[in-house]
Amino acid sequence: MDQIRRAVALISGGLDSLLAARLMLDQGIHVEGINFYTGFCVEGHTHAIRERRRTKPLRNNALWVAEQLGIRLHMIEVVEEYKTVVINPKHGYGAHLNPCLDCKGFMVGKAREWMTAHGFDFIITGEVVGQRPNSQRRDALPVVARESGAFDRLLRPLCAKLLPPTLPEQEGWVDREKLLALNGRNRKPQIALAEHYGFRDYAQPAGGCCFLTDASYTKRLSDLWSNRGHRQYDLDDIMLLKVGRHLRPAPNFKIIIGREEGENRYLSGYRGRFVHMAATSHRGPLALIQGEPTAADIDLAARLTARFGQGRHAGMVTVEVTDPHGGSKLLEVVPLASKEISEDWYL
Amino acid sequence: MHRHQLDARNMLCPMPVIRTQNRMATLSAGDILEVRCTDPGALRDIPSWCRINGHEVLDSRTEDGEVVVIIRAGHQVGGS
Ligand code: SF4
Repeated sequence: MDQIRRAVALISGGLDSLLAARLMLDQGIHVEGINFYTGFCVEGHTHAIRERRRTKPLRNNALWVAEQLGIRLHMIEVVEEYKTVVINPKHGYGAHLNPCLDCKGFMVGKAREWMTAHGFDFIITGEVVGQRPNSQRRDALPVVARESGAFDRLLRPLCAKLLPPTLPEQEGWVDREKLLALNGRNRKPQIALAEHYGFRDYAQPAGGCCFLTDASYTKRLSDLWSNRGHRQYDLDDIMLLKVGRHLRPAPNFKIIIGREEGENRYLSGYRGRFVHMAATSHRGPLALIQGEPTAADIDLAARLTARFGQGRHAGMVTVEVTDPHGGSKLLEVVPLASKEISEDWYL
Repeated sequence: MHRHQLDARNMLCPMPVIRTQNRMATLSAGDILEVRCTDPGALRDIPSWCRINGHEVLDSRTEDGEVVVIIRAGHQVGGS
């Protein structure tokens, strides 16, 4: 009997990688999934943090895809290694701070290492020629295959017929005739295929698979970098950018204000790292202060914190300001009027 | 059979799942792992991860605002 060939599938949680893996299973290939956690992934976080989204059940889409396919999924944290991709991408950024081409090369490269270490034969992705402006241009696909070191062991089942035959096709491990020739941004063929296989309720991310394609998120990230004077970050930095209102009234400090209970709870986990404040005379948000605020800045931050709580129309609000070591003081402040908040402060 | 504990509190998904996966890789079949998390998503994600990787969830519950999942390692331990 022929040896069963083994493929590792990059599973993002979206429809394309689900279908690509399914096509391989149809051809009798043993498939296992791999999913990388960069810290910027859209998965989970904001759902977990924000209370109001809880009407929808929380789920991790990559795990959901693996369950639909009945395959194992290996989830790999790459937060540290991924920094080089984000900070200094060789091929530059897309519309925002998304280094998609470098990112694809990095992820396929990690999958190649995993494939080699685990004795697998090839790698599959859900890429489609021309679907995304930068990383899935026809001339970009060979770049990913080359820079990842995967070369002809990288198969894209959804568009393979438009590309030169890869090793799995040449060796007859997979039948090229049963692969697809999808091309461009039209999603109808994928939707029809999902229907054919009976996949429902799959995730449909708008834009991209990570926060680096999000305009408001990347505005915050750019602000973080320019205020630090360098582009380093840690996981807490990039998580905090996803939570709360962010306002920078002056270059030397910024304030993060929780928008609801879930966010306040999440921010409270950082009380040991930042000056923080909350109204005591009225209900209201928790706010964290990052940077080097002066006494006048703290006063302004307290007025802002009061503005976003239930005391916003009160004549005076008491705000407790606490330093990271727990020392605290009470400030009596007049909530800032909305016209006193410059639009430019919002990140 | 050994009992093990994993503290995945104050982590957001998918980190509790990744930590669970990495810890399970060090256990032997039949060992028990108790995972504690604060991200409510873990209540769904960890059992889902267990189902696809052949481990048995003995119990999952929310207790004092924390998610507790108790897992018995199946035969596919190791090699993640
Ligand atoms: S959208 Fe984000 S995760 Fe997806 S390829 Fe681009 S940089 Fe990578």
